[in-house]
Amino acid sequence: MKILYLFNYWIVIVIMLAGLYAVIASSNLVKKIAGLSIFQASVFILYISSGKILGGTAPIVDSSVPADVVFSNPLPHVLILTAIVVGVATTAVGAALIIRIHRAYGSIEENEILEYEE
Amino acid sequence: MSQTVVSLAISFLLGLMLLSVFAVIAMRNLFAAIILLGIYSLLAAALFMTLDAVDVAFTEAAVGAGISTILILATLLHVGHDTKAKKIIKPAPLLLVLAVGALLVYGTLDLPEFGNAQNRVHQSEITRHYLEKSPGKNGEIGIPNVVTSILASYRGYDTLGEVTVVFCAAIGVMSLLGGLRKKKKQTTVSNDSTTDSAS
Amino acid sequence: MKHHLVLRVVAKLLIPSILLFALYTQFHGDYGPGGGFQAGVIYAAGFILHALVFGLESTKKIMPLWLLKILSALGVMVYAGTGLTSLLLGRPFLDYYALAEGVHGQELGIMLVELGVGFTVSSVMLILFYLFADQGTEE
Repeated sequence: MKILYLFNYWIVIVIMLAGLYAVIASSNLVKKIAGLSIFQASVFILYISSGKILGGTAPIVDSSVPADVVFSNPLPHVLILTAIVVGVATTAVGAALIIRIHRAYGSIEENEILEYEE
Repeated sequence: MSQTVVSLAISFLLGLMLLSVFAVIAMRNLFAAIILLGIYSLLAAALFMTLDAVDVAFTEAAVGAGISTILILATLLHVGHDTKAKKIIKPAPLLLVLAVGALLVYGTLDLPEFGNAQNRVHQSEITRHYLEKSPGKNGEIGIPNVVTSILASYRGYDTLGEVTVVFCAAIGVMSLLGGLRKKKKQTTVSNDSTTDSAS
Repeated sequence: MKHHLVLRVVAKLLIPSILLFALYTQFHGDYGPGGGFQAGVIYAAGFILHALVFGLESTKKIMPLWLLKILSALGVMVYAGTGLTSLLLGRPFLDYYALAEGVHGQELGIMLVELGVGFTVSSVMLILFYLFADQGTEE
């Protein structure tokens, strides 16, 4: 069982690396923002999976749950909730910057912008 | 029995997410790439549901698959749909990324067992305080949803910072995009001619 | 998109339901998944659907930009104001026990705070959409 879950963590790490590769290696600015968004979501998955208890349920405690149920840990949920909203805020500002860059330089390919600068 | 179902569901969703991420990197048409990014966010929301994080799944589906996709698609209105990238695989970034990946994989060998109720993170005093003493008729806060009670009451100061960040994002985008006049056609023509002469 | 009758009719049926669902999510955040952020985004999604089907100009007549700017600042002020009220009543910042007795103070404080969050998030998402989509309506 441990190997199966280690394997899941490794898939999450591959997704993280793919997002990082998109940020570093693409010359298109929109793809860089997409890679950043992919990277952020994979970090969230890694975090939330630490709060899960097998056989547990969502952390909503009301009178309808049976007495011996285990609840998953609510603390990572709270942190990731904040992180998701901050992530969309940065994506919005990044996309606005892309529009301004396109207005100023006429293109959003990194090499063309650098050539324009020279 | 349900544990294997949960683990199979997690593996299946992660596999689909991996496929969509590779497709996002490989696509040359930006419109298709951003739609695939929306699919990736929706799969992440489904994965969060499997991991019992219902509030997070709700937020990721609404914000990631909804607003984020719409905003980047609206950028594509201005910048065009195609990338002129010639090579997708570049060796130097690939080596760097693989090195980082090797370090991360080495780090995961120390992670505690997934989903075990005896992990340190579940035994900590503050988690038990939040889960036992805050909801219920005699609790400190008395509302069933523990995530909301942590977010709005116990850690309310952080949420104030978060709302301020969202507000500042609006101010930032207003100052970047608010004063632009609609002279898009003129600007593109003059910039194109300048780029042609520079390259 | 104005020419597609099916889109217009279905949007007219769906948009009130979407806004109602946003209000449900906002106020039932205590009893199930939900809360200010999710509700704000769903509320903005209703108006974005209206803008996509009926045109940005008609949505701007319903929800003008000046109103959204005021609402977004109002949300932050409601949140900080709840904290300041606790401060002025002699207890620490954002301590909800100052607002009412015991558990009811907490519930009142959480409701006010989530309301502020909902105002700000919905108006900010709609402001972002207006700013991004406005540039595309060229001559």
